[in-house]
Amino acid sequence: MQDLLAILIGILYAAGVYQMLRHSIVKLILGLLFLTHATNLLLFYVGGIRGAAPIIEEGSQKMMDPLPQAFILTAIVISFGIVAFFLVLVFKAYQVNKAEDLDELHWTDQ
Amino acid sequence: MTDWILFPIVLPLLMATLSLLPRRWRFDRELMAILGTLAHLIFCLLLFYQVKSEGIQVLQSGGWAAPFGITLVADLFAAAMLVITGVVGFAIVIYSLGTVDELRQTFGYFPMLHVLILGCSGSFLAGDIFNLYVWFEVVLISSFVLLTLGGERDQIIGGVKYVTLNLVASAFFLTAIGLLYYQVGSLNFADVAQKVGSLKDKSPLLMTELLFLLAFLVKAGAFPFFFWLPASYHTPPVAVAALFAALLTKVGIYVLFRFSSLLFTVQGNPFSTLILWLAGLTMVLGVLGAWSQTDIRRILSFHIISQIGYILMGLGLFTSLSLSGGIYFMLHNIFAKTNLFLIAGMIALLGGSYQVTKLGGLFRSFGLLGALFLISAMSLAGIPPLSGFFGKFTLIKAGLAQGAYAIVITSILVSVVTLLSMLKIWHHAFWKDHPEPNINLEKKWSEHGKSRIYMLLPVLLFSGVTLSMGIFAEYFLNLTHQIATQLLEPNIYIKAVLGRNTL
Repeated sequence: MQDLLAILIGILYAAGVYQMLRHSIVKLILGLLFLTHATNLLLFYVGGIRGAAPIIEEGSQKMMDPLPQAFILTAIVISFGIVAFFLVLVFKAYQVNKAEDLDELHWTDQ
Repeated sequence: MTDWILFPIVLPLLMATLSLLPRRWRFDRELMAILGTLAHLIFCLLLFYQVKSEGIQVLQSGGWAAPFGITLVADLFAAAMLVITGVVGFAIVIYSLGTVDELRQTFGYFPMLHVLILGCSGSFLAGDIFNLYVWFEVVLISSFVLLTLGGERDQIIGGVKYVTLNLVASAFFLTAIGLLYYQVGSLNFADVAQKVGSLKDKSPLLMTELLFLLAFLVKAGAFPFFFWLPASYHTPPVAVAALFAALLTKVGIYVLFRFSSLLFTVQGNPFSTLILWLAGLTMVLGVLGAWSQTDIRRILSFHIISQIGYILMGLGLFTSLSLSGGIYFMLHNIFAKTNLFLIAGMIALLGGSYQVTKLGGLFRSFGLLGALFLISAMSLAGIPPLSGFFGKFTLIKAGLAQGAYAIVITSILVSVVTLLSMLKIWHHAFWKDHPEPNINLEKKWSEHGKSRIYMLLPVLLFSGVTLSMGIFAEYFLNLTHQIATQLLEPNIYIKAVLGRNTL
């Protein structure tokens, strides 16, 4: 389980970077989503995935570290908000630019 | 004893919330913005004097002792940066009153301004790395909105680049946080700094720190990650561009200083050579970019990058003198650069363009504006007795003491090119005749009515600060020297955070 999760995280990072390097602006968003998911899973992995739920009661056994899960919750909320903003921004960029290719967005670089 | 440390965070949060309320439930938005940022500045000054007289201030929120709760820490560096945030926020609000249009103000310009100030204040005070991440995101979200508010074509396209690069940097930052937590089991700065030394296997730690370094270099706009900055900073209204120039990259740099002081030093600062190389390349490429541009805002944007290089040079050398010089340079640069952006806004208003080739004749009609521009521009280039000179002088002295001749020579040459590109603006906008021979600039200026005062006041304020940072350089250099001493003695910080409340 643990190793599988590690491999999955690696694949997500790779997929995220790959999608971001492509031309399409929609794939840019997908890439960013993969990247944030990979990061969230990494945080989850860091807390250890074996052990009981972190509730202290009588006879409670070895439990998981609850702190990374709190981190993930925060990070998910933040990335949700930002991705929502980014989607609107990209839609607006498509409206003003009428092109979906990232290479067409060069004119503020001159 | 009052915990002034809380106020720079609570006040902007309150102001942002209040100014989002419907009109009939609140005061005038402009009035709230002026009073709110003024009060923020006063609280920051109070905190600064408290830190200066009583030492590092620590607030354990909720009464949870240091490694477990969220800690707010104000050392001298944080307090000084807060004061600057206060001054810049106040001045930008006044400038915005005269320049930001009604539509932008209706759609949440001032609330977002408060949130940006909130985020910056929080980043400076955070004593915990995850908390720092959250403040970074607060800064980011508000800057996204400020950058794209108004929805002009350039703004949207510049915004896409800015958002993408900063999101990638945030992902790296969060990854590094996860890896650090895995190794150390804590994210409190002081706690981490203490535990890192006793780690058995230090090689994964090196990679973690490299990820942190990468994330902050992107935020700071250093080589090779700077290209988002000149692609986006010239697109929003000039008040927003000035605010970004003052605060955003500096937050990244501030965190780099903090990490260097507390984390990287534990392993004998493995990145100092790398940072010095990046500093040199950042300086050179930034200034060459500036030289090749003809749009005033783009020239200034590239100069931001170039001057990040100087601050990094101070960080890379990592001696008491160089840190002091780097911090002094950062303080000076915030004022001088913001002022230049504000003046650029006035130039564009008068001449009708940001393109230097389409401008001219401003010195004949507006000698005062020319003088104010010259103060900041010459200060940026490092002409004595203005503030930039003392920053560069201290940095070069520190470099010579370390025998780092390559970076010293680079920094001197870059200064010369900086002067050249400043003279380009001066020559085109102020000295040569206006391309249209019969234009009446005075008449255009008098059409702006009350907003002229709103624009001139912050420029006068910043010019005054730049001048006094040069004239009273000894006071400021003493201050930055104290800051550098605190940064080089992380034990004081660790003791202040962990000492008082540990059992």
